Amino acid sequence: MSATAQSQRRRRNSELGLVILATILALGAYALVGLGRDERVPVGILAYGLLVSGGYVFAHLVVRRFAPDADPIFLPTAGLLSGLGFAVIYRLDPDRAAAQAGWLLFGLVLFALTLVVVRDHRQLDAFTYTIGFLGLVLLLLPLVPGLGTEVRGARVWIDVGALRFQPAEIAKVLIVVFAASYLSARKELLAVATRRLGPLALPEPRHLGPLLFAWLVSLAVLFFQKDLGSSLLFFGLVVVLLWVATARFAYLLIGTVMFAAGAAFAYRTFTHVQDRITVWLHTFDPEFIQDEGYQIAQSLFAMATGGIAGTGLGQGRPQDIPDAPTDFVFAAVGEELGLLGTIVLLLLFVMLVARGFRTALTRADDFGQLLAAGLATILALQTFVIVGGVTRLIPLTGITLPFVSYGGSSLVANFALLALLVRTSAGPARKEDGG
Amino acid sequence: MERQIRRLATAFLILFGLLAVNVNYIQVIAADDLANHPANKRLLIQEYDINRGTILASDRSTVLARSRATTDDLKYLRRYPRGRLYGHLTGFYSFVFGRSRLEQSFNPYLSGRSDEQLPQRFIDEVLGRDQRGASIVLSIDPRLQKIADRGLGARQGAVAAINPQTGEVLALASRPSYDPNPLSSHKPREIRRTWDRLNADPDKPLLSNASDQFFPPGSTFKVVVAAAALENGMGPNSTVPNPLELDLPQTTETLENFGGSQCPGGSQISLAQALQVSCNVAFGQFGLKLGGEKLAEQARRFGFNQTIPFDVPFQEGAFPDPSAFDQDQPGLAFSAIGQKDVRVNVLHLALVAGSIGNDGVLMTPRLVREIRDPSGRVLRTLQPEPWGEPMSASSARKLTRMMTAVVEAGTATGAQIPGVSVAGKTGTAQHPGGDPHAWFLAFAPAEDPTIAVAVVVLNGGDLGSEATGGAVAAPIAREVMEAALSG
Repeated sequence: MSATAQSQRRRRNSELGLVILATILALGAYALVGLGRDERVPVGILAYGLLVSGGYVFAHLVVRRFAPDADPIFLPTAGLLSGLGFAVIYRLDPDRAAAQAGWLLFGLVLFALTLVVVRDHRQLDAFTYTIGFLGLVLLLLPLVPGLGTEVRGARVWIDVGALRFQPAEIAKVLIVVFAASYLSARKELLAVATRRLGPLALPEPRHLGPLLFAWLVSLAVLFFQKDLGSSLLFFGLVVVLLWVATARFAYLLIGTVMFAAGAAFAYRTFTHVQDRITVWLHTFDPEFIQDEGYQIAQSLFAMATGGIAGTGLGQGRPQDIPDAPTDFVFAAVGEELGLLGTIVLLLLFVMLVARGFRTALTRADDFGQLLAAGLATILALQTFVIVGGVTRLIPLTGITLPFVSYGGSSLVANFALLALLVRTSAGPARKEDGG
Repeated sequence: MERQIRRLATAFLILFGLLAVNVNYIQVIAADDLANHPANKRLLIQEYDINRGTILASDRSTVLARSRATTDDLKYLRRYPRGRLYGHLTGFYSFVFGRSRLEQSFNPYLSGRSDEQLPQRFIDEVLGRDQRGASIVLSIDPRLQKIADRGLGARQGAVAAINPQTGEVLALASRPSYDPNPLSSHKPREIRRTWDRLNADPDKPLLSNASDQFFPPGSTFKVVVAAAALENGMGPNSTVPNPLELDLPQTTETLENFGGSQCPGGSQISLAQALQVSCNVAFGQFGLKLGGEKLAEQARRFGFNQTIPFDVPFQEGAFPDPSAFDQDQPGLAFSAIGQKDVRVNVLHLALVAGSIGNDGVLMTPRLVREIRDPSGRVLRTLQPEPWGEPMSASSARKLTRMMTAVVEAGTATGAQIPGVSVAGKTGTAQHPGGDPHAWFLAFAPAEDPTIAVAVVVLNGGDLGSEATGGAVAAPIAREVMEAALSG
């Protein structure tokens, strides 16, 4: 047996072991919710057990067959995150949990399909503008009259038949691919510095075009869709990748200034942005705590009541936090699983993100580096924004916690993102790193 | 590019570190403050999941407070079947305004959180049962409580009855009172409305006239002065001059007898005679003769200005600091007849009366007799404890004989009970706020009392300016004592 084949088998076997462990933990959490809340093991445990173990083993087999060199950490980590998320969603709302299980299965199918269709991440590099255009279309699709639907003030949904979908979630992945591809081709050009301002090398003004374009798109998302979260993620991603690709600190600085300008403008224009800031600063003021500040206050109360060990699954009152299954799922975990649960969640995300950046560092091609770094960035940024929001570290922006929150679009899109990370990690590595 | 990726990864690691620190802050460092924040219903709901213990009267069958299971978010609802009659004893159990009185002071037992209940709590937890609290049995005799309350009727005032030998409170009634039920409901609006109404009421029904408030005691305070005289070498036959009115030092003011009359007994009057007819002129002189220091010392020994532990909030009597009398000898004379700044409530006065009957030993007052776990097993019995010895046994016996004469042939003949010797003292306290307060304190049987009673009817009750302790307050005390002695 060759050294490569041996290494491949070692990786895949550890992946299988971890996937089984993640499945057992996820099923255990699900059973505990039933015991804690209804004093019996949930009747759905057999169906769910077969579904998730079958789904993940299937996904694993696809990786084994089509991406044997891939990093073995990605799939089990996402599996554990989504398994814990499922248990908490079931604890909050069994109907939604059933839907989530369906979406999970769909996500795993998309994961497998991505790996089967995209045999090498460099294939994607050939469709830069198609992918970019598709991403942009999806991002702005909810603005099309008759198709887009406004839910609680944000026009981010489209209705296709009976299905309601948030296209920005998929757009997010496509835009990472586009940005990585575009920047890997133009990084030298964009890095050309013609003037200096003190220690700062300034790029040519016309090379600020891409940044300006991204800024305008994110402003459009903010203004017309009132989707603070997507706008922030999208612009943050572009600025970070520009800097990574060109090593020009000026882009980071200019991007930050543009972000500040956009934020200031949004603050003056939208009352809901003002409300977010006010609530963030004065959550516990008597005039807010029962109204605008209620959600964050409940989130903090839930986590504080959970304390170090948590109340136990099914024993707390996470249902008192508005939007607990979606944006505030982290707080629900904090109440019933305590600090131990929240720290485990954070560590799992750190693991995913760190593996993503490791993949970026070890890629042989620029596109692969930028793609992995972009995917890791968007995952990290999204996690930070929502966890920071529900813990009142930063003002709240309503987005999902990847893999954990209830929400079909988000779950499916994140499995597509995961497939790209797995695929990139299976691609050719730089010589000095060996394998 | 690698350098940027490494920096980016480091930056995100720092951001995740911030999240971890913040989560630690919320769930560990600030956890207690946040969990106990008034807007956090979680602990409250946990608390209301407990089947809180019952509060029972001394017969162990009269329920004063119990918990009833509901289908609300807050599982158990607190009910007070006797409502207003025991409102100042049970207190309320409100999720808006917290707990009060016994609900507060015995909360560890009622909620099942006391150390004695740890094994029980563990078993309930294992069996998945609702946690149950312990029951508390009071010393209150429901029969006496009802008689005391009815005796007051529509009049404002209070009645306290104790067992002088144990300090157990047998009845503690106040008018006005309040019904704790609406305050303990699960409807925030009803709770707030009731709360606002009760607080806006000028009669202050949330405050107990029996134990929270105090009033000028009038002539009932003469038993304290008489005790001081006996403890300081005088006897029942010690005399003072007996003028129509007393010229007071340092002023042109005079001190008169009740109704401006002349005390009997000629030119001199004895301490015993003075107490029997409640002679102000004589007691003014006894007070001046003893001096502020000795009067204050005797009051202190009876618990005035002291802390007397009790199972619910209790306002001890107050007597002015003797230095106040240096420049105010008239104030001393008026203090000796229970006017000026002397204050007391009926519970404290019942303790004073009880200690005279109990050979000079004042027992610590008690409301709770025993604590039983949900299965009826006694967790704890509260034993009688002496609080202090305000006077010697011989002085106490002398004072008892003097007070027996008050009921037999003095101002309190309305308190006589056939076949039983009753010791008592009336009081009619002038005060600037309205008609006089009518007071009475007594104990019976005088030679070995099993009950001591104090009664106040505020602002003259239904007799207005004609009210006297003997006419208004003594009959209520007699009814309570009669019931206690026959039962």
